Amino acid sequence: MAKQVKRKAATQAPAHKTVAEPQAQAVESTLLEAETLALRAGPAGMALEFEKPILKLERQILDLVQLQEQKGVDYNTEIRQLRDNLTSLLKKTYQNLSAWETVQVARHPARPQTRDYIDLLVTDFDELHGDRKFGDDLAIVTGTGRIAGHKVMLVGHHKGRDTREKIACNFGCAHPEGYRKALAKMQFAAKFKLPIVTFIDTQGAYPGLGSEERGVAEAIAVNLREMALLPTPIICIVIGEGGSGGALGIGVGDRLAMMEFAWYSVISPEGCSGILWKGSQNAPDAAEALKLTSRHLKSLGVIDEIIREPLGGAHRNPRAAADAIERYIDRTLRELKPLSAEKLTDTRYDRLRKLGADTIEVA
Amino acid sequence: MAEITSPTVATSGLQGNFVQTRKHVDVPEGLWLKCAGCGEMIFRKDMEENLHTCPGCDHHFRLSARQRIKILTDDGSFEETNASLVSRDPISFSAKKAYKQQIAAIRQATGSCDALVSGKAFIKGRPLMLAVMDFDFLAGSMGAVVGEKITRSIEKALADKLPLVIVSCSGGARMQESTISLMQMAKTSAALARFHAAGGLFVSVLTDPTTGGTTASFAMLGDVIFAEPKAMIGFAGPRTIANTIRVELPEGFQRAEFLLQKGFVDRIVPRRELRSQIARTIDYCGK
Repeated sequence: MAKQVKRKAATQAPAHKTVAEPQAQAVESTLLEAETLALRAGPAGMALEFEKPILKLERQILDLVQLQEQKGVDYNTEIRQLRDNLTSLLKKTYQNLSAWETVQVARHPARPQTRDYIDLLVTDFDELHGDRKFGDDLAIVTGTGRIAGHKVMLVGHHKGRDTREKIACNFGCAHPEGYRKALAKMQFAAKFKLPIVTFIDTQGAYPGLGSEERGVAEAIAVNLREMALLPTPIICIVIGEGGSGGALGIGVGDRLAMMEFAWYSVISPEGCSGILWKGSQNAPDAAEALKLTSRHLKSLGVIDEIIREPLGGAHRNPRAAADAIERYIDRTLRELKPLSAEKLTDTRYDRLRKLGADTIEVA
Repeated sequence: MAEITSPTVATSGLQGNFVQTRKHVDVPEGLWLKCAGCGEMIFRKDMEENLHTCPGCDHHFRLSARQRIKILTDDGSFEETNASLVSRDPISFSAKKAYKQQIAAIRQATGSCDALVSGKAFIKGRPLMLAVMDFDFLAGSMGAVVGEKITRSIEKALADKLPLVIVSCSGGARMQESTISLMQMAKTSAALARFHAAGGLFVSVLTDPTTGGTTASFAMLGDVIFAEPKAMIGFAGPRTIANTIRVELPEGFQRAEFLLQKGFVDRIVPRRELRSQIARTIDYCGK
């Protein structure tokens, strides 16, 4: 099995080098937090197409700030004006994202991942490895820690940031051992009444030879069955991509929430496009048709809550995104923890039981 | 990295393959047909009287849900339940084709409301709840109707203390109902969790093909799992896998015998033995 990869402190946000970085540090005190983060995360090549006007505006602000520093001229009025423009541009852009743009935000290379959130919101995290059967699949991270003071078992897909890490955790596409590791740790948690929090972020379970040989379908199926009855609160949050059964394999619980710009669907837009149009070129149409955004899924009753992301998406301000998640978990655990195991699993069953029930009728 | 397609792409990979197989099967209506197993021309009536298997090579032809029920259950014992449940097209799916029109056309062509037939039946005198998937209806895919009917079958078996038999034949979760389909995997598995906890017997029968979200939920959760010979059983479709790993897949990959060898199927049961095998299992478990 691949060795675990050392990571940089994620609080610094994804460490992508930009040419502007040294200068950015020099003027950091005068920049808004979001701008600084955007600078760190935003080499032009990494910006999404619809983000480019935003980045351009940010550059202008930065240039003016620098000019002001260097020449001692007062550009505060202009800077304030540009910042107002930036805020309204961000609002306008992100309020009207198409389904396909949402998918792109969910896949943004700088978007915080499970290990980033662990660094940002879990204290005393002790990672626990291995499924005790075959190996340790780093596509799913498991371990104990505290969130907002609550002891929890954390289970989450992790895609990896740099190439080495991506390969080590197979781009977040788990093999059966990942699902079995998740189950083993969740059963351990249930035994000691530790609530379980899962972070979903995967394009899907890995479609490979070993995956099939070792029974990825069986591994997912068993997780679905077992999670239905685990006598401890389970909160599931789609933080990025919710790719089908591979996502659901750690996604059965008392509550299902989604980050605002995450997606969740039975099939990826590319996969759907492949079936209908024989190629991935129609992925944007497929994304629209699949109703995979948090807003759609909330109105369909599939998810319980949308966790609002900071203006311009979680990648612009991972700290704020983590805070929002922390508040959600804290509030939800306060609701769930007092419930008896029986009440919990009965309500969980009722929740699952009615999924889709109102979408059928007698002919 | 290459785009990792999600498991229901299985459906896409598979549909292509099936179209070819079905060409052979569907040459139909003639007196003769070419066996997809051995390539010989066989007399249709012989094949049908032989439980839709090839008298020469024992190739198992795919059955519709009605055909399966007819050969599996005691004559006249099947009482269908929830026959007229239909999908209300939860997400108004429309891409290239509108789902609503698609189902309307298939309903007309097949006379079925959706991809699963369920009810109470007897097999060799033993009462049980039976659910059979129908590949003719959108590749046997599971949407809200299939998920609901399976769940109701499980709940009915639990309430009436009956054994449960599900015959799978499915390309996976139904794309056109998106997340609603996906959630049927969780719903059916949760119902099975309760059924298991209450001591119910669930016999899962896997037939060609059983893939995607069907395999990754109830189909793999049987107390015993039987498979028909050479049935294709897997999670991702072979084409998806081949495209992802860019290696040729080994001979017999994802066939029933492969799963038996890897430890995911209890027994390969030829069609002619399925009735007695199920009856024996029910007796053995004292159900």
